Amino acid sequence: MADDRPAVHSEGDVLLLVGTMKGAFLFWSDAGRREWRMEGPHFRGETVYSLAYDGRGGRRRMLAGTQSFHWGSVVRASDDFGATWSSPERQNVRFPEDSGLAVANIWQLRPGRESEPDTVYCGVEPAALFESRDAGESWSPVEGLLNHEHRAKWQPGGGGLCLHTVVVDPAEPRRMGVAISTGGFYRTDDGGASWQARNQGVRAQFLPDKYPEFGQCVHKVVNHPARPERLFLQNHWGLYRSDDWGDSWTDIANGVPSDFGFAMEVHPHDPDTVYIVPLESDQFRIVPEARLRVYRTRDAGASWHALENGLPQEGAYEVVLRDSLASDGGDPAGIYFGTRGGKLFGSADAGESWREIAGALPPIVCVKAAVIGAGGAQDS
Amino acid sequence: MAITIALPSALRPYAGGSLEVTLEGRCATVGDALGVLAGRHGGVVDRVIDERGELRKHVNVFVDGDNVRWLDGLRTAVAADSTIVIVPAVSGG
Repeated sequence: MADDRPAVHSEGDVLLLVGTMKGAFLFWSDAGRREWRMEGPHFRGETVYSLAYDGRGGRRRMLAGTQSFHWGSVVRASDDFGATWSSPERQNVRFPEDSGLAVANIWQLRPGRESEPDTVYCGVEPAALFESRDAGESWSPVEGLLNHEHRAKWQPGGGGLCLHTVVVDPAEPRRMGVAISTGGFYRTDDGGASWQARNQGVRAQFLPDKYPEFGQCVHKVVNHPARPERLFLQNHWGLYRSDDWGDSWTDIANGVPSDFGFAMEVHPHDPDTVYIVPLESDQFRIVPEARLRVYRTRDAGASWHALENGLPQEGAYEVVLRDSLASDGGDPAGIYFGTRGGKLFGSADAGESWREIAGALPPIVCVKAAVIGAGGAQDS
Repeated sequence: MAITIALPSALRPYAGGSLEVTLEGRCATVGDALGVLAGRHGGVVDRVIDERGELRKHVNVFVDGDNVRWLDGLRTAVAADSTIVIVPAVSGG
Protein backbone atom coordinates (compact mmCIF):
# COMPACT_ATOMS: atom_id res chain seq x y z
CA MET A 1 0.00 0.00 0.00
CA ALA A 2 1.13 3.54 -0.65
CA ASP A 3 2.18 5.23 2.55
CA ASP A 4 3.43 8.78 3.03
CA ARG A 5 4.76 8.32 6.55
CA PRO A 6 8.47 8.98 6.95
CA ALA A 7 10.31 5.75 6.39
CA VAL A 8 12.99 4.36 8.64
CA HIS A 9 15.30 1.96 6.89
CA SER A 10 17.71 -0.25 8.73
CA GLU A 11 20.50 -2.66 7.92
CA GLY A 12 19.17 -5.75 6.21
CA ASP A 13 16.07 -4.14 4.78
CA VAL A 14 15.41 -5.01 1.16
CA LEU A 15 14.77 -2.35 -1.44
CA LEU A 16 13.17 -2.81 -4.83
CA LEU A 17 13.57 -0.06 -7.37
CA VAL A 18 10.92 -0.26 -10.06
CA GLY A 19 11.05 1.93 -13.15
CA THR A 20 7.89 2.39 -15.19
CA MET A 21 6.61 4.38 -18.11
CA LYS A 22 5.05 6.84 -15.65
CA GLY A 23 7.62 7.16 -12.91
CA ALA A 24 9.62 5.13 -10.39
CA PHE A 25 8.34 3.23 -7.39
CA LEU A 26 10.24 1.94 -4.37
CA PHE A 27 9.22 -1.11 -2.39
CA TRP A 28 10.59 -1.90 1.05
CA SER A 29 10.60 -5.05 3.12
CA ASP A 30 12.49 -6.56 5.99
CA ALA A 31 14.79 -9.53 5.49
CA GLY A 32 11.81 -11.89 5.43
CA ARG A 33 10.57 -10.26 2.22
CA ARG A 34 6.94 -11.21 2.80
CA GLU A 35 5.28 -7.83 3.18
CA TRP A 36 6.17 -4.83 1.05
CA ARG A 37 5.59 -1.14 1.51
CA MET A 38 5.31 0.99 -1.62
CA GLU A 39 6.65 4.53 -1.98
CA GLY A 40 6.10 6.72 -5.00
CA PRO A 41 5.70 7.40 -7.75
CA HIS A 42 8.82 9.47 -8.04
CA PHE A 43 9.27 11.57 -11.22
CA ARG A 44 5.56 11.50 -11.93
CA GLY A 45 4.85 11.17 -15.62
CA GLU A 46 8.46 10.58 -16.61
CA THR A 47 9.75 7.34 -18.08
CA VAL A 48 12.37 5.59 -15.96
CA TYR A 49 14.26 2.92 -17.90
CA SER A 50 17.26 2.82 -15.57
CA LEU A 51 17.69 2.64 -11.82
CA ALA A 52 20.56 1.54 -9.61
CA TYR A 53 21.42 1.21 -5.96
CA ASP A 54 25.02 1.89 -5.06
CA GLY A 55 26.13 0.65 -1.65
CA ARG A 56 29.85 0.75 -2.27
CA GLY A 57 32.19 2.29 0.24
CA GLY A 58 29.46 3.01 2.76
CA ARG A 59 27.48 5.02 0.23
CA ARG A 60 23.72 4.57 0.09
CA ARG A 61 22.85 6.17 -3.17
CA MET A 62 20.07 5.56 -5.61
CA LEU A 63 20.48 6.65 -9.21
CA ALA A 64 17.69 7.15 -11.72
CA GLY A 65 17.79 7.84 -15.43
CA THR A 66 14.64 9.83 -16.08
CA GLN A 67 13.18 10.81 -19.41
CA SER A 68 10.72 13.62 -19.79
CA PHE A 69 8.62 13.31 -22.91
CA HIS A 70 9.26 16.98 -23.57
CA TRP A 71 12.46 18.09 -21.87
CA GLY A 72 14.96 15.26 -22.33
CA SER A 73 16.84 12.91 -20.00
CA VAL A 74 19.01 13.34 -16.92
CA VAL A 75 20.57 11.16 -14.24
CA ARG A 76 19.30 12.00 -10.77
CA ALA A 77 20.64 10.83 -7.42
CA SER A 78 19.20 10.37 -3.96
CA ASP A 79 21.24 9.80 -0.79
CA ASP A 80 18.22 9.63 1.51
CA PHE A 81 16.30 6.74 -0.02
CA GLY A 82 14.16 8.92 -2.23
CA ALA A 83 13.09 11.58 0.26
CA THR A 84 14.85 14.02 -2.06
CA TRP A 85 16.37 13.64 -5.52
CA SER A 86 18.88 15.80 -7.26
CA SER A 87 17.54 17.83 -10.16
CA PRO A 88 20.57 18.65 -12.29
CA GLU A 89 20.24 22.06 -13.86
CA ARG A 90 22.22 21.04 -16.91
CA GLN A 91 21.70 17.88 -18.93
CA ASN A 92 24.40 15.81 -17.23
CA VAL A 93 24.58 12.98 -19.78
CA ARG A 94 25.32 14.76 -23.00
CA PHE A 95 27.06 13.98 -26.27
CA PRO A 96 29.77 16.31 -27.54
CA GLU A 97 28.21 18.91 -29.82
CA ASP A 98 30.38 17.84 -32.75
CA SER A 99 29.22 14.22 -32.50
CA GLY A 100 25.94 14.90 -34.26
CA LEU A 101 24.21 12.79 -31.61
CA ALA A 102 21.66 13.60 -28.93
CA VAL A 103 20.67 11.47 -25.95
CA ALA A 104 17.22 10.01 -26.49
CA ASN A 105 17.02 7.80 -23.40
CA ILE A 106 19.12 6.46 -20.55
CA TRP A 107 18.94 2.67 -20.62
CA GLN A 108 21.41 1.50 -18.03
CA LEU A 109 23.05 2.72 -14.84
CA ARG A 110 25.70 0.39 -13.52
CA PRO A 111 27.90 1.01 -10.51
CA GLY A 112 31.46 -0.03 -11.30
CA ARG A 113 33.89 -2.19 -9.40
CA GLU A 114 34.25 -2.26 -5.63
CA SER A 115 37.83 -1.11 -6.14
CA GLU A 116 36.59 2.03 -7.94
CA PRO A 117 33.75 3.14 -5.68
CA ASP A 118 33.19 6.46 -7.44
CA THR A 119 32.94 4.99 -10.95
CA VAL A 120 29.50 4.47 -12.48
CA TYR A 121 28.62 3.53 -16.04
CA CYS A 122 25.67 4.67 -18.06
CA GLY A 123 24.36 3.21 -21.32
CA VAL A 124 22.24 5.40 -23.56
CA GLU A 125 20.30 5.60 -26.79
CA PRO A 126 21.69 6.19 -29.38
CA ALA A 127 24.18 3.51 -28.40
CA ALA A 128 27.00 4.94 -26.33
CA LEU A 129 28.65 4.44 -22.98
CA PHE A 130 29.18 7.23 -20.47
CA GLU A 131 31.36 7.10 -17.38
CA SER A 132 31.15 9.01 -14.13
CA ARG A 133 34.10 9.31 -11.75
CA ASP A 134 32.12 11.15 -9.08
CA ALA A 135 29.43 8.59 -8.26
CA GLY A 136 26.98 9.79 -10.88
CA GLU A 137 27.11 13.57 -10.67
CA SER A 138 28.93 14.29 -13.93
CA TRP A 139 29.43 12.14 -17.00
CA SER A 140 31.74 11.82 -19.97
CA PRO A 141 31.39 9.68 -23.07
CA VAL A 142 33.76 6.75 -23.47
CA GLU A 143 35.45 7.98 -26.61
CA GLY A 144 36.77 4.61 -27.77
CA LEU A 145 33.24 3.34 -28.22
CA LEU A 146 31.74 6.65 -29.31
CA ASN A 147 34.15 6.75 -32.25
CA HIS A 148 34.01 3.04 -33.05
CA GLU A 149 34.28 2.26 -36.74
CA HIS A 150 31.21 0.01 -36.55
CA ARG A 151 28.93 2.76 -35.26
CA ALA A 152 27.59 3.76 -38.67
CA LYS A 153 26.43 0.18 -39.27
CA TRP A 154 24.63 -0.38 -36.00
CA GLN A 155 20.88 -0.45 -36.55
CA PRO A 156 18.10 0.33 -34.09
CA GLY A 157 16.11 -2.54 -32.65
CA GLY A 158 12.48 -2.25 -31.69
CA GLY A 159 13.39 -0.20 -28.64
CA GLY A 160 15.77 2.06 -30.51
CA LEU A 161 19.54 1.85 -30.95
CA CYS A 162 20.41 1.39 -27.32
CA LEU A 163 23.38 0.38 -25.20
CA HIS A 164 21.44 -1.43 -22.54
CA THR A 165 23.92 -3.64 -20.70
CA VAL A 166 27.25 -3.17 -18.94
CA VAL A 167 29.22 -6.07 -17.41
CA VAL A 168 32.53 -5.60 -15.62
CA ASP A 169 35.42 -7.77 -14.53
CA PRO A 170 35.93 -7.09 -10.82
CA ALA A 171 39.50 -8.40 -10.87
CA GLU A 172 40.67 -6.79 -14.08
CA PRO A 173 39.92 -3.08 -14.02
CA ARG A 174 40.66 -2.56 -17.69
CA ARG A 175 38.20 -5.20 -18.91
CA MET A 176 34.48 -4.78 -19.35
CA GLY A 177 31.74 -5.48 -21.88
CA VAL A 178 28.67 -3.79 -23.25
CA ALA A 179 25.70 -4.99 -25.29
CA ILE A 180 24.00 -3.01 -28.02
CA SER A 181 20.75 -3.61 -29.86
CA THR A 182 21.58 -4.03 -32.62
CA GLY A 183 25.32 -4.15 -32.65
CA GLY A 184 26.05 -7.11 -30.43
CA PHE A 185 28.50 -7.62 -27.60
CA TYR A 186 31.68 -5.56 -27.41
CA ARG A 187 34.59 -5.93 -25.00
CA THR A 188 37.44 -3.70 -24.02
CA ASP A 189 40.67 -4.93 -22.43
CA ASP A 190 42.30 -1.53 -22.20
CA GLY A 191 39.96 0.48 -20.05
CA GLY A 192 37.70 1.64 -22.88
CA ALA A 193 40.30 2.93 -25.33
CA SER A 194 39.45 0.21 -27.85
CA TRP A 195 36.52 -2.18 -28.21
CA GLN A 196 36.26 -5.43 -30.11
CA ALA A 197 33.09 -7.15 -31.30
CA ARG A 198 32.80 -10.51 -29.51
CA ASN A 199 29.90 -12.28 -31.19
CA GLN A 200 31.40 -15.46 -32.64
CA GLY A 201 28.68 -18.10 -32.54
CA VAL A 202 25.81 -15.69 -31.82
CA ARG A 203 23.12 -15.87 -34.48
CA ALA A 204 21.57 -12.90 -36.28
CA GLN A 205 18.26 -14.38 -37.41
CA PHE A 206 17.30 -11.25 -39.29
CA LEU A 207 20.41 -10.84 -41.47
CA PRO A 208 21.46 -12.68 -44.66
CA ASP A 209 24.75 -13.59 -42.95
CA LYS A 210 23.52 -15.39 -39.85
CA TYR A 211 26.85 -15.19 -38.03
CA PRO A 212 28.34 -11.76 -38.75
CA GLU A 213 31.18 -10.18 -36.82
CA PHE A 214 28.68 -7.71 -35.36
CA GLY A 215 25.11 -6.59 -35.84
CA GLN A 216 23.45 -9.13 -33.56
CA CYS A 217 20.47 -8.04 -31.53
CA VAL A 218 21.71 -9.00 -28.09
CA HIS A 219 19.00 -8.42 -25.50
CA LYS A 220 20.86 -9.00 -22.23
CA VAL A 221 24.19 -10.27 -20.89
CA VAL A 222 24.99 -11.18 -17.27
CA ASN A 223 28.00 -12.46 -15.39
CA HIS A 224 28.88 -13.25 -11.79
CA PRO A 225 31.67 -11.46 -9.94
CA ALA A 226 33.13 -14.78 -8.76
CA ARG A 227 33.48 -15.98 -12.33
CA PRO A 228 33.40 -12.93 -14.55
CA GLU A 229 34.78 -14.61 -17.66
CA ARG A 230 31.60 -16.71 -17.89
CA LEU A 231 28.92 -14.73 -19.65
CA PHE A 232 25.31 -15.65 -20.29
CA LEU A 233 23.50 -14.00 -23.19
CA GLN A 234 19.83 -13.72 -24.07
CA ASN A 235 19.67 -12.98 -27.76
CA HIS A 236 16.94 -11.99 -30.17
CA TRP A 237 16.46 -15.70 -30.73
CA GLY A 238 19.12 -17.65 -28.92
CA LEU A 239 20.52 -18.40 -25.48
CA TYR A 240 24.28 -18.54 -25.21
CA ARG A 241 27.15 -18.96 -22.79
CA SER A 242 30.75 -17.90 -23.12
CA ASP A 243 33.50 -19.15 -20.82
CA ASP A 244 36.16 -16.87 -22.27
CA TRP A 245 34.77 -13.33 -21.88
CA GLY A 246 32.94 -13.50 -25.18
CA ASP A 247 35.69 -14.85 -27.42
CA SER A 248 33.32 -17.70 -28.31
CA TRP A 249 29.71 -18.52 -27.57
CA THR A 250 27.88 -21.84 -27.18
CA ASP A 251 24.14 -22.41 -27.56
CA ILE A 252 22.57 -23.37 -24.23
CA ALA A 253 18.87 -23.36 -25.16
CA ASN A 254 18.37 -26.78 -23.60
CA GLY A 255 14.81 -27.41 -22.52
CA VAL A 256 13.30 -23.95 -22.84
CA PRO A 257 9.94 -23.44 -24.57
CA SER A 258 11.47 -20.64 -26.64
CA ASP A 259 14.92 -19.14 -26.89
CA PHE A 260 13.44 -15.73 -27.58
CA GLY A 261 13.23 -13.34 -24.66
CA PHE A 262 14.66 -10.25 -23.06
CA ALA A 263 15.23 -10.60 -19.33
CA MET A 264 18.13 -12.45 -17.73
CA GLU A 265 19.66 -12.41 -14.25
CA VAL A 266 22.37 -14.38 -12.50
CA HIS A 267 21.98 -15.79 -9.01
CA PRO A 268 23.84 -13.59 -6.51
CA HIS A 269 25.74 -16.48 -4.93
CA ASP A 270 25.99 -19.16 -7.62
CA PRO A 271 27.68 -18.39 -10.96
CA ASP A 272 26.02 -21.43 -12.56
CA THR A 273 22.47 -20.35 -11.75
CA VAL A 274 20.72 -18.02 -14.15
CA TYR A 275 17.11 -16.92 -14.61
CA ILE A 276 15.25 -15.99 -17.80
CA VAL A 277 11.67 -15.37 -18.89
CA PRO A 278 11.17 -16.90 -22.37
CA LEU A 279 8.70 -15.33 -24.80
CA GLU A 280 6.83 -17.11 -27.56
CA SER A 281 8.44 -15.31 -30.51
CA ASP A 282 9.52 -11.97 -31.90
CA GLN A 283 6.11 -11.79 -33.61
CA PHE A 284 4.21 -12.54 -30.39
CA ARG A 285 6.22 -11.20 -27.49
CA ILE A 286 4.18 -12.91 -24.82
CA VAL A 287 5.10 -15.72 -22.43
CA PRO A 288 4.44 -19.13 -24.08
CA GLU A 289 0.92 -20.52 -23.62
CA ALA A 290 0.07 -17.33 -21.71
CA ARG A 291 1.63 -18.99 -18.65
CA LEU A 292 3.93 -16.74 -16.67
CA ARG A 293 7.00 -18.85 -15.98
CA VAL A 294 10.55 -18.02 -15.01
CA TYR A 295 13.11 -20.54 -16.20
CA ARG A 296 16.18 -21.34 -14.18
CA THR A 297 19.34 -23.22 -14.92
CA ARG A 298 21.51 -24.42 -12.06
CA ASP A 299 24.11 -26.06 -14.28
CA ALA A 300 25.21 -23.14 -16.43
CA GLY A 301 22.71 -23.85 -19.17
CA ALA A 302 22.95 -27.63 -19.52
CA SER A 303 19.30 -27.74 -18.48
CA TRP A 304 16.51 -25.28 -17.71
CA HIS A 305 13.45 -25.79 -15.54
CA ALA A 306 10.26 -23.80 -15.12
CA LEU A 307 9.48 -21.95 -11.91
CA GLU A 308 5.77 -21.27 -11.73
CA ASN A 309 4.62 -21.79 -8.16
CA GLY A 310 2.51 -18.74 -7.37
CA LEU A 311 2.61 -17.28 -10.86
CA PRO A 312 -0.51 -17.05 -13.07
CA GLN A 313 -0.71 -20.07 -15.37
CA GLU A 314 -3.74 -19.11 -17.38
CA GLY A 315 -4.53 -16.06 -19.46
CA ALA A 316 -1.28 -14.31 -18.57
CA TYR A 317 -0.53 -12.31 -21.69
CA GLU A 318 2.56 -10.80 -20.18
CA VAL A 319 6.05 -9.77 -21.25
CA VAL A 320 9.08 -9.13 -19.07
CA LEU A 321 11.51 -6.65 -20.59
CA ARG A 322 15.29 -6.82 -20.55
CA ASP A 323 16.00 -4.97 -17.33
CA SER A 324 12.95 -6.10 -15.38
CA LEU A 325 14.40 -9.20 -13.69
CA ALA A 326 16.59 -8.77 -10.63
CA SER A 327 18.13 -10.46 -7.60
CA ASP A 328 18.68 -8.86 -4.22
CA GLY A 329 21.85 -10.48 -2.90
CA GLY A 330 20.06 -11.96 0.10
CA ASP A 331 20.32 -15.54 1.32
CA PRO A 332 18.29 -17.30 0.16
CA ALA A 333 18.29 -15.09 -2.88
CA GLY A 334 15.35 -12.86 -3.57
CA ILE A 335 14.34 -12.82 -7.23
CA TYR A 336 11.96 -10.21 -8.65
CA PHE A 337 10.44 -9.28 -11.95
CA GLY A 338 7.98 -6.81 -13.37
CA THR A 339 5.77 -7.08 -16.42
CA ARG A 340 4.77 -4.65 -19.07
CA GLY A 341 1.25 -5.22 -17.77
CA GLY A 342 2.28 -3.54 -14.51
CA LYS A 343 2.54 -6.57 -12.25
CA LEU A 344 5.46 -7.00 -9.85
CA PHE A 345 6.33 -10.45 -8.51
CA GLY A 346 8.88 -11.58 -5.99
CA SER A 347 10.36 -14.78 -4.63
CA ALA A 348 12.12 -14.99 -1.26
CA ASP A 349 13.40 -18.50 -1.93
CA ALA A 350 15.43 -18.17 -5.10
CA GLY A 351 12.44 -18.75 -7.36
CA GLU A 352 10.81 -21.80 -5.77
CA SER A 353 7.67 -19.83 -4.94
CA TRP A 354 6.37 -16.42 -5.98
CA ARG A 355 4.03 -13.76 -4.66
CA GLU A 356 2.50 -10.77 -6.35
CA ILE A 357 3.90 -7.60 -4.78
CA ALA A 358 1.93 -5.11 -6.88
CA GLY A 359 -0.70 -5.71 -9.51
CA ALA A 360 -1.53 -2.47 -11.25
CA LEU A 361 1.54 -0.37 -11.78
CA PRO A 362 2.22 1.44 -15.05
CA PRO A 363 4.16 -0.62 -17.60
CA ILE A 364 7.34 -1.82 -15.86
CA VAL A 365 10.60 -1.33 -17.74
CA CYS A 366 13.18 -1.75 -14.98
CA VAL A 367 13.52 -3.66 -11.70
CA LYS A 368 16.55 -3.57 -9.40
CA ALA A 369 16.96 -4.94 -5.90
CA ALA A 370 19.38 -4.51 -3.02
CA VAL A 371 19.88 -5.42 0.62
CA ILE A 372 20.67 -2.26 2.57
CA GLY A 373 24.01 -2.37 4.33
CA ALA A 374 25.25 -5.31 2.33
CA GLY A 375 27.64 -3.07 0.45
CA GLY A 376 28.41 -3.37 -3.20
CA ALA A 377 26.15 -2.76 -6.11
CA GLN A 378 23.18 -4.76 -7.24
CA ASP A 379 22.93 -6.30 -10.67
CA SER A 380 26.44 -7.65 -10.54
CA MET B 1 12.88 47.60 -26.62
CA ALA B 2 13.65 44.08 -25.60
CA ILE B 3 12.86 40.53 -26.52
CA THR B 4 10.74 38.67 -24.02
CA ILE B 5 10.94 34.91 -23.60
CA ALA B 6 8.00 33.38 -21.75
CA LEU B 7 8.75 30.13 -19.95
CA PRO B 8 6.45 27.21 -19.18
CA SER B 9 6.08 26.25 -15.54
CA ALA B 10 8.31 23.19 -15.92
CA LEU B 11 11.27 25.32 -16.93
CA ARG B 12 10.89 28.20 -14.48
CA PRO B 13 12.92 26.45 -11.74
CA TYR B 14 15.90 26.65 -14.08
CA ALA B 15 15.46 30.43 -14.41
CA GLY B 16 15.21 31.26 -10.74
CA GLY B 17 11.44 30.91 -10.81
CA SER B 18 10.91 33.64 -13.41
CA LEU B 19 7.83 33.49 -15.62
CA GLU B 20 9.70 35.28 -18.35
CA VAL B 21 13.14 36.51 -19.22
CA THR B 22 13.93 39.77 -20.95
CA LEU B 23 16.85 40.01 -23.35
CA GLU B 24 18.40 43.38 -24.03
CA GLY B 25 20.45 43.82 -27.15
CA ARG B 26 20.15 42.65 -30.71
CA CYS B 27 19.21 39.11 -31.71
CA ALA B 28 18.55 38.31 -35.35
CA THR B 29 16.96 34.90 -34.92
CA VAL B 30 15.25 32.66 -32.40
CA GLY B 31 18.46 30.65 -32.25
CA ASP B 32 20.40 33.80 -31.38
CA ALA B 33 17.95 34.60 -28.62
CA LEU B 34 18.15 31.11 -27.18
CA GLY B 35 21.92 31.34 -27.35
CA VAL B 36 21.84 34.47 -25.22
CA LEU B 37 19.39 32.78 -22.87
CA ALA B 38 21.76 29.79 -22.60
CA GLY B 39 24.41 32.08 -21.22
CA ARG B 40 22.10 33.07 -18.38
CA HIS B 41 19.96 29.99 -17.85
CA GLY B 42 21.62 26.98 -19.46
CA GLY B 43 19.25 24.59 -17.72
CA VAL B 44 16.33 26.11 -19.64
CA VAL B 45 17.95 25.84 -23.04
CA ASP B 46 19.23 22.27 -22.42
CA ARG B 47 15.59 21.28 -22.18
CA VAL B 48 14.53 23.11 -25.34
CA ILE B 49 17.42 22.30 -27.68
CA ASP B 50 19.39 19.04 -27.81
CA GLU B 51 23.15 18.54 -28.19
CA ARG B 52 22.85 18.80 -31.96
CA GLY B 53 21.40 22.27 -31.62
CA GLU B 54 17.97 21.07 -32.74
CA LEU B 55 14.66 21.94 -31.19
CA ARG B 56 13.44 18.99 -29.13
CA LYS B 57 10.71 17.04 -30.86
CA HIS B 58 7.97 17.70 -28.36
CA VAL B 59 8.70 21.32 -27.58
CA ASN B 60 7.19 24.20 -29.52
CA VAL B 61 8.55 27.73 -29.79
CA PHE B 62 6.36 30.58 -30.96
CA VAL B 63 7.53 33.98 -32.16
CA ASP B 64 4.87 36.64 -31.89
CA GLY B 65 2.24 33.92 -32.07
CA ASP B 66 3.68 31.83 -34.89
CA ASN B 67 5.18 28.36 -34.42
CA VAL B 68 8.76 28.44 -35.70
CA ARG B 69 8.36 24.88 -37.02
CA TRP B 70 6.21 26.33 -39.80
CA LEU B 71 8.56 29.23 -40.37
CA ASP B 72 12.33 28.89 -40.51
CA GLY B 73 12.94 26.89 -37.37
CA LEU B 74 15.60 28.30 -35.10
CA ARG B 75 16.63 30.58 -37.97
CA THR B 76 13.28 32.34 -37.78
CA ALA B 77 13.84 36.08 -37.57
CA VAL B 78 12.89 38.01 -34.46
CA ALA B 79 12.28 41.72 -34.02
CA ALA B 80 13.77 43.84 -31.30
CA ASP B 81 10.50 43.68 -29.34
CA SER B 82 9.40 40.14 -30.19
CA THR B 83 7.83 37.80 -27.70
CA ILE B 84 9.10 34.23 -27.78
CA VAL B 85 6.95 31.65 -26.05
CA ILE B 86 8.23 28.16 -25.16
CA VAL B 87 5.54 25.54 -24.58
CA PRO B 88 5.46 21.73 -24.32
CA ALA B 89 3.63 20.13 -27.22
CA VAL B 90 0.28 18.53 -26.54
CA SER B 91 1.86 15.15 -27.28
CA GLY B 92 2.61 13.01 -24.28
CA GLY B 93 3.51 9.52 -23.22
